[in-house]
Amino acid sequence: MNTGELTRPPSLWRAPDLSRNWWPVFLRNLLVWRKLAIPSLVGNIAEPLMWLVAFGYGMGALVGKLTVHGEPVPYILFLASGSICMSAMNAASFEALYSAFSRMHVQKTWEGIMNTPISLDSVLLAELLWAAFKALFTVTAILLVMLALGISHSPKLLVAWPVLLCVGVMFSAIALIFNALAKGYDFFTYYFTLVLTPQMFLSGVFFPREQLPPLVRAISDWLPLTNAVELVRPLFMDAWPQHALQSGGTLIATTVLAFWVALALTRRRFEA
Amino acid sequence: MVPTDAAAPSTPPLAAPLAPPPLLDVSGLCKSYGSAVVVDGVSFAIAPGECLGVIGPNGAGKTTTIRMCLGLTAPDTGSIHYHPPAGGAPLAMPRDALAIKQQLGVVTQFDTLDPDFNCSENLRVYGRYFGLGRALLDERIPQLLEFAALSHKASAKPGELSGGMRRRLSLARALVNAPHLLLLDEPTTGLDPQARHLMWERLQRLVQGGTSILLTTHFMDEAERLCSRLIVLDHGKKIAEGAPRALIAEHLEREVVEVYGAGALAWQHDARLAPLAERIEVSGETVFFYTQNAHPLLDVLLEQPQLRTLHRPANLEDLFLKLTGRQIRQDA
Repeated sequence: MNTGELTRPPSLWRAPDLSRNWWPVFLRNLLVWRKLAIPSLVGNIAEPLMWLVAFGYGMGALVGKLTVHGEPVPYILFLASGSICMSAMNAASFEALYSAFSRMHVQKTWEGIMNTPISLDSVLLAELLWAAFKALFTVTAILLVMLALGISHSPKLLVAWPVLLCVGVMFSAIALIFNALAKGYDFFTYYFTLVLTPQMFLSGVFFPREQLPPLVRAISDWLPLTNAVELVRPLFMDAWPQHALQSGGTLIATTVLAFWVALALTRRRFEA
Repeated sequence: MVPTDAAAPSTPPLAAPLAPPPLLDVSGLCKSYGSAVVVDGVSFAIAPGECLGVIGPNGAGKTTTIRMCLGLTAPDTGSIHYHPPAGGAPLAMPRDALAIKQQLGVVTQFDTLDPDFNCSENLRVYGRYFGLGRALLDERIPQLLEFAALSHKASAKPGELSGGMRRRLSLARALVNAPHLLLLDEPTTGLDPQARHLMWERLQRLVQGGTSILLTTHFMDEAERLCSRLIVLDHGKKIAEGAPRALIAEHLEREVVEVYGAGALAWQHDARLAPLAERIEVSGETVFFYTQNAHPLLDVLLEQPQLRTLHRPANLEDLFLKLTGRQIRQDA
């Protein structure tokens, strides 16, 4: 007991206090979403499919085949394997920004939860996993449509599926940093315009990165979405990624670092 | 009725009984933000089955004190201990925050109900946060809805409820884990009189059932009605503590005569009236005469029919204004 002594406030950067407590929070989000799942399914997959059809079949007719690591690839397969990563990125980001912010700031759901035996760390972990789950859900729906359209029949899609979940976790973690900093919804427009849109064009989703000038390409090497595409695209072509360790390592390191920063900033926000 | 685990011994032991340890023991709490001292050495304790009120003007440090009790803000100095009624080692905030919160119920100033869930679902989802199982919740939820007078609204969402119903749902939600101690931050702010009285009646029932309550409020009638003991905070310091009636008797004259109407202000200096009051205060266009016996004063005032007078016993609001001043605060 330290009555009278000056107690040092706990560090914002202390290790996360994680337990299985995240599950009831995840379940809460799942129950809310269950009521809106079908309409949100339409919204989640309609746009990615429009991209795929418009660009894949439209542009694909002009482009013909591309060469990836010496292998000829139909443009629609090239695009499908990149755009599914983009869909995972968008779905996870949207959920971890707009929806998480609604729960955190507008509805004060997090404050209600923090008055129960669930720590802020667990709430944030639940939001991370929830946004990743939403991304996985979207990705799964798109994958099924791609299978139905016969774009890829690679058995390695079974491996691509958990990789795409990890992509969702990574982009959730990054988005939660900006969620912790946001004063209002307007802030997220900057994130989408300045962080996500450049990645969409520089990460090899729509065209091979070999087309980029050397400097831009060097930057693009380090973009989270680039590493996701580098892992996922070969799996669509029934091949193993060439630099799986490097891309996978970047993905995991980015996720851990981003979640740690998001946790520290969220703690700061709630301690104030 | 709401389940409570209160099992107070009904017969006092023969030997001089050791007073049971307080449920919550707060000692020497300090908190500063930069150079602003928000809470400055506040100590208090809540005994089992007691309702303790915390009153004070806006910015007095009430909410920060509550936040520290909940482990949401770390105090600079001081300690907060919770003694589980079931026995066992005392738990300290913020170290054992989650273990303490397992036994607490909290109603915040602003509702944090889930707008997407109906009343039953709100209780069920909240119960899961405490790790409560389905069978227990199936049994408890109808009881809680009945306690909150919301049985007929079980399937309604918070958006379809009145303000009073939403507050009662928040209260029911705070009771889902059958807490020994309830922390209520301004539980009736914004409610109409009917809704407030229903809320008070429910809170009184809880106290009678053995639940302890820590309550902040701006309503002096609420504090007087519900709380067995009060602490008054101002500028982060505890400036008074005691039972409501005892505090009034300690700090105030017994009776008050309020004088208002045309030219009332001039009467504060009247040579016949002034000596009949122990203390005279002015607020706006009203003069307050505080006295142990108002009858001589009223006799004089009777000769001035243009003045309007109100004769009443001194109350908690008078005490509050005497201790914290009548001026509107700059930051309020």
